Amino acid sequence: MNSREDILGRVRARLGRNTENAVTARKDIAAALAERVERPRPAVPTDTAGLVARFEEKSAAQSSSLDRVAALADAPAAVARYLAGMNLPLRAVIWPSLAGLDWRAAGIEVAPRGAVDSDLVGITGCFCAIAETGTLMACSAPDHPATVSLLPETHIALVPMSRIVPGMEDAWNLARAELGSLPRAVNFISGPSRTGDIEQTIVLGAHGPYRVHLVIVEEA
Amino acid sequence: MESRSRHFKANAAASLANPVLQANLKTAKGKFVDKRAIAIKEIDDFEGSREAAKNIRNRVLENLDLWLEKFEESATARGATVLWAKDGEEICRHVAEIGQRHGVRKAAKSKSMLSEEANLNLALTAAGIRPIETDLGEYILQINDNEPPSHIIAPVVHKSLDEIADLFHQVHKTPRKTEIPALTREAREVLREHFLTADMGISGGNFLVAETGSVALVTNEGNGRMVTTLPRVHVVITGIEKVVPTLEDLTLLLRLLPRSATGQSISNYVSVLTGVKTPEELDGPEHLYFILVDNGRADVVGTEFQDMLRCIRCGACMNHCPVYQTIGGHAYGWVYPGPMGSVLTPLYTGLENAIDLPQAATLCNQCGVVCPVMIPLPELLRRLREKQVEKHLRPWFERFALKIWARVAASPPLYALGSWLGVRYLKWLAGGRDRIAVLSVAPEWTLGRDFPAPEGKTFRELYAKRRGVR
Repeated sequence: MNSREDILGRVRARLGRNTENAVTARKDIAAALAERVERPRPAVPTDTAGLVARFEEKSAAQSSSLDRVAALADAPAAVARYLAGMNLPLRAVIWPSLAGLDWRAAGIEVAPRGAVDSDLVGITGCFCAIAETGTLMACSAPDHPATVSLLPETHIALVPMSRIVPGMEDAWNLARAELGSLPRAVNFISGPSRTGDIEQTIVLGAHGPYRVHLVIVEEA
Repeated sequence: MESRSRHFKANAAASLANPVLQANLKTAKGKFVDKRAIAIKEIDDFEGSREAAKNIRNRVLENLDLWLEKFEESATARGATVLWAKDGEEICRHVAEIGQRHGVRKAAKSKSMLSEEANLNLALTAAGIRPIETDLGEYILQINDNEPPSHIIAPVVHKSLDEIADLFHQVHKTPRKTEIPALTREAREVLREHFLTADMGISGGNFLVAETGSVALVTNEGNGRMVTTLPRVHVVITGIEKVVPTLEDLTLLLRLLPRSATGQSISNYVSVLTGVKTPEELDGPEHLYFILVDNGRADVVGTEFQDMLRCIRCGACMNHCPVYQTIGGHAYGWVYPGPMGSVLTPLYTGLENAIDLPQAATLCNQCGVVCPVMIPLPELLRRLREKQVEKHLRPWFERFALKIWARVAASPPLYALGSWLGVRYLKWLAGGRDRIAVLSVAPEWTLGRDFPAPEGKTFRELYAKRRGVR
């Protein structure tokens, strides 16, 4: 007997499975999958101003830094100001989906591709952002490589204001509506990587970025 | 991992006598507890959320066979391969075979407690695959001659900064660093190279989502993302009890897990991974394997211990346990320490192999109160104690004493006589003082405290006298 049958067989025996109660059980499973019951969740404002304020407050609490611009076209200049202010190079790996913005005018040299070890700055967008916890949701795709938000020491993300949702439940609903099935990797990112393994003292910059900078785009 | 749980008493005594460990435990004490207390206040209905989490976990366990089939169907539809393992040996065999199939020389590992259960690193090395632990804590243990972890969330909670500084200096052959950020940076640089050159990523799984066939991984360091993004092959090793129905159910559990574990409202990285990369994608694994593991779990289904299978491995029970805080995690002798370990170790490795673990608790119920999925840990420990007695596993004098007690307690005259003798003996022993420094019938009990001396009369006597007066 193979292990699958052995394990499932013992579970079935323990549960007293028979053809009759399997029918009822399958109904319960179908119901659980169809209902998608919403569970208790913290109260988060639902109006735009409240959502943005909550997102900014929680992002700051997660040690992300924040900026705001009016339009997407203003983002490159804001990113350039941040990089210059932090003494970081004006050179970045970028999601191919964002390569169309005029980065050159802002003095930034961008490479639209997956990140490599030597990339110091990575620029991404996000699928949406979650106000409850100050979290970005990034969905992998050919023009959204997952490495760009992971390998560089500095991660800069453009966050369209209209894509800030209250909770993770809303993010899932958005994904179901717009993407159908889940992409290979959904990554929820809440600030720079960190570790508390040595004497439970939090240090920023474990294996992922040391810095996460969020640029909220008001008219996007 | 070979269990050393049968030597619990000796292990615990050694831990108590180790001044370095005691100092380190004191440093750690309370940090997780305080942060959790603050973090759970952010959830308006925390008790309601615990109740909902318990129901989600129960709903799956009640039909676990069919939920597993559902998960398998969803995962397979997205190009993953689902394998099953009865025990640690079979986990090792699967991983070695996958490694051979794909020409794997190096495997980067994100934390997996099941790989500890299976002693996977040894087996990988034997199969010619170099395993690299990438969680900072697990990495420190690996370079310290494969020391076992002492906490499921904070594996090196028993080590001081000084000890880690010495270790890095010796192993990396770099100047000795004493700042935590500098040590973290050094590990980052060593491990970055391994992430980039590993052919296989191995991770555990915090949850499996039946709806989508996904695995959810929670990390703060980003190593979970690295090992599931860069290598060509990703292997998920996880227990059969980890299935949840939907993404909404996952969301609730993700609100409770980090708050209960480290007091965070969300872990830095939550990755929900489904299937393999498409040809157009620039990153992600080409091959994804799930190894669904029994190793004792299937036989707990449908028993009086099934509640334990709800466990989401947050570690809150050990963080709040006075016994864990005093002896640390190694004394428990197997993969899982603290109250959860005192229940899981006897269930998974045999009651007779962990004879003192169900006793390693004061039954104060701190663990039961903080458990995010409402596992009645003290009740389960009590049931394990009952099982020990039923199976005649306790020492003869303890069984003998219990038999005597049962006889005496069932007979009012015998009980009255026993207590009449007892209080007089204890009063005599106290010799006029109100405390007894050494209790000769139970000398261990008075090792760290005094026994209060009785007044010399039993309650029955006092009660009878009082009624007589009235």
